[in-house]
Amino acid sequence: MKGDVLIKNAKLVDGRGVHGTADVLIGEGRILSLSGGEAPTVLDATGMILSPGFFDPHAHLREPGQEVKEDLQSGLTAAARGGYTDIVSMPNTTPVVDNAEIVAALKKKAAQIKQARLHPAAALTQGQEGKVLSEAHQLQAAGAVMLTDDGKTNEDAGVLAQGLLYAASWGLVVSVHAEDAGLRRNGVMNEGSVSFRLGLPGNTGYAESARIARDLEVVRYVRDRLANSVSAQGLLHIQHLSTKRGLELIRQAKQEGLPVTTEVGPHHLTLTDEALNGLNPIYKVAPPLRTQSDVEALIEGLLDGSIDCIGTDHAPHTQDEKELDLLRAPFGIPSLEVCWPLLYTELVEKRGFPLAVLVARFTDGPRRILGFPPLHLEEEAEASLVLWDPHSQRPVEPQTFASKAKFSPWAGWQLKGWPVCTLVEGRRVFALE
Amino acid sequence: MSETATPSFPKHLLDFRDWNRRQVESLLETAQMMQEVLARPVKKVPALTGFTVATVFFEPSTRTRISFELAARRMSADVVSFSGTTSSTVKGETYRDTLRTLDQMGIDAYILRTDAAGVPYQAHSWLHKPVINAGDGWRAHPTQALLDAFTLREKLGSLEGKKIAIVGDILHSRVARSNAELLPMLGATVVACGPAPLLPGSLPGAALTTSLREALYEADAVMVLRLQKERMEKGLLPSLPEYIAAYQVNRERLGWAKPGAPLLHPGPMNRDVELEGTLADSPQSLVERQVANGQAVRMAVLYHVLVGKS
Repeated sequence: MKGDVLIKNAKLVDGRGVHGTADVLIGEGRILSLSGGEAPTVLDATGMILSPGFFDPHAHLREPGQEVKEDLQSGLTAAARGGYTDIVSMPNTTPVVDNAEIVAALKKKAAQIKQARLHPAAALTQGQEGKVLSEAHQLQAAGAVMLTDDGKTNEDAGVLAQGLLYAASWGLVVSVHAEDAGLRRNGVMNEGSVSFRLGLPGNTGYAESARIARDLEVVRYVRDRLANSVSAQGLLHIQHLSTKRGLELIRQAKQEGLPVTTEVGPHHLTLTDEALNGLNPIYKVAPPLRTQSDVEALIEGLLDGSIDCIGTDHAPHTQDEKELDLLRAPFGIPSLEVCWPLLYTELVEKRGFPLAVLVARFTDGPRRILGFPPLHLEEEAEASLVLWDPHSQRPVEPQTFASKAKFSPWAGWQLKGWPVCTLVEGRRVFALE
Repeated sequence: MSETATPSFPKHLLDFRDWNRRQVESLLETAQMMQEVLARPVKKVPALTGFTVATVFFEPSTRTRISFELAARRMSADVVSFSGTTSSTVKGETYRDTLRTLDQMGIDAYILRTDAAGVPYQAHSWLHKPVINAGDGWRAHPTQALLDAFTLREKLGSLEGKKIAIVGDILHSRVARSNAELLPMLGATVVACGPAPLLPGSLPGAALTTSLREALYEADAVMVLRLQKERMEKGLLPSLPEYIAAYQVNRERLGWAKPGAPLLHPGPMNRDVELEGTLADSPQSLVERQVANGQAVRMAVLYHVLVGKS
C-alpha cells in the first residue's frame, strides 16, 4: 500500500485507551493502514506517542481588531505547535463576531493560513450586549460552531434562556462565562486569605458557583420548555471551571441528565492564588487562580468525567499590558503552546493521572460538546494527528512562542510531552526542527 | 357534552371546550348554506330579524369586525359597535362595567375581542347572554379556526388523517391554539412549527417541532402565521432576515409538502416575511377564500348561538 507519510513505530494513544505500537501509513488525508506501507516521507517515531489532534474549545485569537495581541497567523501557528489541529476562537474581538460575514471571512483566512483549523464561536447576542439574539442560523451556516458572550457575563437570565432555546433549534451549544458580576465585583484575584493579606480586591469563588446554580436552573427551564419539541435540546457549556463548589453543582446536574458540559483550563489545574504572592500580573486571570483544594477537586472532576474537556482559555495580551499594575493589567494567560506538555507532566507523570483519559479530554471530550464525531486511531480515520515525545524534557521558553504573547506563568518549568509533529488531514503543519 | 340525534348547541362560542365533532360539523354545514345565500344577487335573509348584536372590540381589528358585522346584517340583525380604543375604556372603566352598561340596552349577543385571555369567559358570567369570542389574547379565536376548517374541507374534503402544518409564532397565536383544538376534532393531525422561543412547552392537539422541514414534510396543507415585529424587540428572535432565512415558507420549502398543498394565512400578512409574496397570489393560496368563507362561517355561528337549531 502507498501513502504520503509513514510514521514508524509510534505508540498509539487515543480517547479509547493506550494501544500498542504501529506503523501508521497516511494518505489522502486519512489513516490508510496501521501496519505500514510505502511513503516518500518516513518518520521514525520510536519512543514517541501518536494521538488524535487536540481540539481546543476555548481560545482567544484576537482577530479582528486586536492583532497587536494575537492574530490568526500567530494563534493558529501556536496551536499547531501545541499539538492542536482544531481551535474554537472566542468572538469578543473588535468588532464582535456576531454576523455571518465575519465568520465566513475568518474561516476563509484561516484556511489560507494552513495551520490548525479554525472553528469560530459567534456571539450569543448582537455586539455581546446581552440584549438582542444574534442570527444563529445564518452564523452556523457560515461556520460558527458555538454561541457565547464570553468576555462578558450573561447577567439577564431571560436572554440566556431565549438564547438557549433559539440555539437549540440549530443544535448549537451555548457557552457561558459563569460569574455573577455583582458578586465578583472588581476582584482581580481569588478572594481569600491571600487577597486579604495582599490587600487586593477579591473575586469570591461563590461568584462562579452562584452563577452556575442559576444557569443550571435556566437549563432545566429550557429542557422543560423543549420537552415536547422532538428535534431540539438546549446545550449549555460552562467555560473555564475554577471552583470545587461549581464542580459539585455540575456533577450533580450531570447525574440528573441535564445537557450541560464543562471545561477546565491548564492554569486552574496547576496554579493557585499563592502564585499572586509575587504580585506579578502575569497570574491575573478570570476566573482567578483558586486554592489547592479547588485544584485537587478539579483534577478529580477531570478524571471522573464531570469535567468533559480541557479548554485553554488561551488569552494573549501584549507585554506592556501585562506589565501594568495588578488593578489595571488585563485578565488572561496564554497557554496553547504549553498546555499538553504541562498537563502531561503535572498530571500524568507526577500524579499518575491515566494518560488515555487526559488524551480523551483533549480530543473526544471537546469534539462531543461541539457535535463532532470522536476521532480514534484506526484505518479510514481522518489523519489529524499529533506525534509527541513523552521522554525528553525541556523548559518552557516563552520567547520562543509562535504566539505574540511571549510570557508564561510556567516559564522555566521543566516539561515532558512536547509535540514533535502535528498533521492536519495528513498535511504536516508543524514539525520540530 | 353528549352527542344526541339532533344536536343542541352551546349558547356561546368561547372556544371549543363545549363543542363536539357533531356540533362542529353541523355548524359547518350551516355555513355551507350561508355560502349559498352569499352567492345570491340579494345577499340577505330574515333569520335574525329583531335581534341586536354588539361587536365589542377592546383591541383594534378591522377585518374581523367587518366580517362579523356583515354576517349579522346579512341575516337582518341590528348591529351596534363598541370600540375600546375610542370609547369609555380610555376613561378608566373596567371591562365588566362597560359590558354591564351595554347589557342594559337590550343586546342579544356579544362579539368580543380582547387583548387578555379569558375575558370572554368573564363576560359570559357577567352577562348571561350569548358571547362569541372574536379573539382573546393569545388564547382562542374560534371563528378563525372554523373558517380555516371550512376552507380546508372545501379544498381537501374530509380532514380525517390529513396533516396540517402551522408555521410561525405559535406561542403568541390564538389562531394556532384554536386550530390545534378544532382540527384534531375533525380528524386532522396538526404539527406546529417555529423557532424554539416562539413555541409553547406543550400544545394540546398539536405536535411541536423546531424543524420546518419536519413540519412541512408530506403536509396536506400549510398554515402560515403572521410574525409580529415586536418579537424581535422583546428579544425572542434575532432579526427579520434571520427569520426569513430560517422559517419563511417559500416555494422551495413548500416543495417538502404534498404537491399542490394549499396555503392558508389568517392575515394580515407580512409579504416576503413569513410567506414568499408570490406564493400568496399563487393558485395554491387560499388566503382570499378564507376571508370570503369567514363571513359564511360567522353567519352560521350567529345563527346557532341566537336561534339554536340546525
